[in-house]
Order: sequence, then C-alpha cells, then structure tokens
Amino acid sequence: MTWASWMGQVALISGGARGQGEAQARLFAREGAAVALGDVLEEDGQRVAESINDTGGQAMFQKLDVTDASAWQSMVDETLAQFGRLDIVINNAGIARVKLIEDSSLEDYVEVIHVNQLGVWLGMKAAIPALKEAGGGCIINTSSTAGLEGYSGLGAYVSSKFAVRGMTKVAALELASHNIRVNSVHPGPIDTPMIRDPQIATREPGDVSFNGPIPRTGHVDEVAKMMLFIAADATYSTGAEFVIDGGVTAGTMIARLED
Amino acid sequence: MGKLDGQVALISGGSRGQGEQQARLFAREGAAIAIGDVLEEDGNRVAESINDTGGQAMFRKLDVTDQSSWAEMVGDATEQFGRLNILLNNAGILRNGSIEDMTEQEYLEVIQINQVGVWLGIRAAIQPMKEAGGGCIINTSSTAGLEGYPDSSAYVASKFAVRGLTKVAALELAAYNIRVNSVHPGPIDTPMTAPPDIPRRADGEIGVNIAIPRFGRADEVARMMLFIAADATYSTGSEFVIDGGLTAGRTLQVGD
Repeated sequence: MTWASWMGQVALISGGARGQGEAQARLFAREGAAVALGDVLEEDGQRVAESINDTGGQAMFQKLDVTDASAWQSMVDETLAQFGRLDIVINNAGIARVKLIEDSSLEDYVEVIHVNQLGVWLGMKAAIPALKEAGGGCIINTSSTAGLEGYSGLGAYVSSKFAVRGMTKVAALELASHNIRVNSVHPGPIDTPMIRDPQIATREPGDVSFNGPIPRTGHVDEVAKMMLFIAADATYSTGAEFVIDGGVTAGTMIARLED
Repeated sequence: MGKLDGQVALISGGSRGQGEQQARLFAREGAAIAIGDVLEEDGNRVAESINDTGGQAMFRKLDVTDQSSWAEMVGDATEQFGRLNILLNNAGILRNGSIEDMTEQEYLEVIQINQVGVWLGIRAAIQPMKEAGGGCIINTSSTAGLEGYPDSSAYVASKFAVRGLTKVAALELAAYNIRVNSVHPGPIDTPMTAPPDIPRRADGEIGVNIAIPRFGRADEVARMMLFIAADATYSTGSEFVIDGGLTAGRTLQVGD
C-alpha cells in the first residue's frame, strides 16, 4: 500500500486516545489517512491528535462516549464537517472489569456491556450512512480472544466480546451490498494501559499471565498493522475473524515428551 | 525496500493459481523463491519470468506426497539461496464425489496431497528454519476447513485436518521462533476451481449466494500471505479467512 493511495481516506477511531487505538491512529495517519479520534479521555486524545498534526499528519479529536447515540452522531458529523467523508471505522473503545459472576452486581455487568457491545453497535449504526455515501468502506470491530474462549472472572467482558464477534458477521451480511466490509480482530494479551490495570495484571508489565506459545505480550503496533492490512488489502474478507494472540487460542500446551 | 528482502520462501504448488501469484508477489517484495510443483513446464515458466523481471527464483519438481522429494526440494532451495525462512504449503487438489460413490483410492489421493503433503512439508522445513533462527509456515486450508460441502468428503476432511495440524505445529514450534498459521480461502478464481466444480453464471460471476458476490482473486490471497509472513508477528496457530463472507452466515429474507 503506497502512501498516495491512502490520500483522501478518512478513518474514525473510537478509543483512540491511548493504547491500541492510539497506535492505530498514528499508523493510519502515517499511511496518509485523515484520522478522527473519539474517546472519553480528552487530554490524552487532544495530545495524540496534536502530535499527529505536528508531524505532518491530519487528525482531530472529539470527546466520544460510545454508549451515547447522540455523541456518536455528533462525532460522525464533526468528522464529515472537517474531513469531508468517512471510509474506515475502527471500533476500539473497551473496558475490562474482573469479578466473578457470583460477586457481580447487575450494574457491574451492564457497564461493560454498554461500552464494549452497545458502543460497537451504535458506532456501526452511526457510520453506515456516511460509509454508504462514500460508496463503500470498512468497519473493524475489536473483539478479543475473550470472544473466542472463556476466562474466569471476566463474565461481562467475555459476553460483550462474543457479542461483538457475532454482530460483526451480521453487519457483514447486511452491508456487503453497499460495498462495506466488516471484520473482527481478536487480540490476546497486548501491552496496553488496560491490561496493566492492577486488577488484571498479575505479573510485571511485558510478562504474560496467560500461557501463550509466543512468550511475550503483543505490541500495539502489531495490532495496528493488522488493522491496516484489513483496511487496505483484505479486499475479499468480510465477516472474518483476525486473531493476534501469540497462539493463546491455538490450543493447550500439555506436557511435552522429553527429547 | 521490499517487505521480504533477504528472505527465502519455498512455495509448494507454485506453478499456477494461488501459488504462482504468491511467488510473484513475494519475489517483488525481495524474497528469493523456490517453487515446487508436479507441473514442470508451468513451474519453469514462472521461475524464468520472475528471474527475467529482476527477481530471484528457482523451480524444482516436487511431489508433496513423497518424503524424499521434500528433502531434495529443501536441500536445493537452501543450497541455491543459503537458507529457508518461509514455507507456503499451497499444493492441493479437489475431487468431487459423494461418500457413497467415491472409492477409497479417490479419497486417499486427496488426503495424501492436501493433508499428508502439508505434514511432510512442515517436517522438511523445521530443521532449516531452526538454523535460520526462526521462520513462518503458512498452510493453505480452505473454507472447507471451517464448514462442510456435499460431495467433498475427502477435500473437507483434508482441509479440517490442515486447520488442526496448523495449531499443533504452532504450539510445537513456537519455542524455535517459527510461526504457523492457516489461510482459509473461499471461492478463488484459479484453474483448480474452474468449472464445473463451482457454479458460475453466464457472466462469469459466482453462482452462489455470498456477501461479496464475486470470485476472489489469487493476488488477494497472496497479499494475505504477505501480511502473515511480514507483519503478523504476534499471530500463530491462527486462521485467516478470505472468503467474500461465505462463512459469515446466511442472508435471510428480511422485510424492509
């Protein structure tokens, strides 16, 4: 993918203020796309947008609460006002809370479902008219390995990520005739502020609390490159699941025979 | 600057179809290419055309069902290019027939090529990849490794097997810095899927109900292989689906 062919593309990235979303914003901007960052973290988001603009890219930030349909509408409107069109949506905003089902309140559960699941649904809904208007586009929903297998203590998170995996396929079927591809990405343990949360991190940063074959956490840049591939080159993939997990879901490392 | 400068890729089934496009793209990205196939004339032609256009390629006859043929293939590739970093297990055949009507011999022919051929290829590549300090193996499964199709018992069985085998290899080889992933193409326009195996309408477009209503192209598969080899550095044991939405589900009639 050459820089020139990305000129004129506009990408909206929810959760773009830090972590995976920030790395995606920086990579897509380097490839020539104009990026619209939405996040509840205003200070971080402004800083990322400024730093992209200061280094020759094009970016804007707007506060976005992904659980609020009107916030999504104004995010899309602002993006169109500033950059003229919308081609790519990366639904990336997400939260994790560790609590056993037995110990969770309904409010604990619903908070995660609203951000991770309803937030993706609202994001797709808000973007569809603009993507149609552009003659087609690409939606990438960040699910997780928690959308492929269960983890104890993550009942809400796992529910929401399985839901995103399923909704992605429905959107792919509904939107294909408008030339809009919709795919899900399933990161395993990626080194971000979210998994460095002391609730979740059980070891030192950079160490993996899951027993993956590739014995390290993934980098946000590696996820961003997968997003870029899907947006730019995966032109015959829709409704597909892209797994980037260091082999966590490949199977289980049972005891090896001695050599 | 190519994405694969200095790397050496071995591509089984590289004489035509998907393998040919992979060879051409990987060569353009700077890799030296060793093509193995039973189709000698086509394979030599592809290698020559890569060499004529500034790339580096060799062809050697490879019967993927034959262990000694794999040993010679890997031996030649490493002798000529010095190392082996990437293996694309791409050779495959399609034979249709109901379980009831297919002979055991017909069934085993498909299993030998599509399944045992991949197992032998992985085995042959492990030692040189260890010596190279790591590597990347990509096994071509299919949507037939994700769901069933009637009259394709041998093909479906072989492609499900490749999907599973890929994950075992990923677990066994991660310690040597070798990533192993599977690719699952849907209907791709190649000689293998040429009529009459997949229905085509008169205009050449695909005759099945699929979200992206066309055949995929071999160069689209090749770009997925390139992404996996060059950039998917934290993916192993994963399934990469490129099927126009075929396996996303079913489009039901919904009233407007």
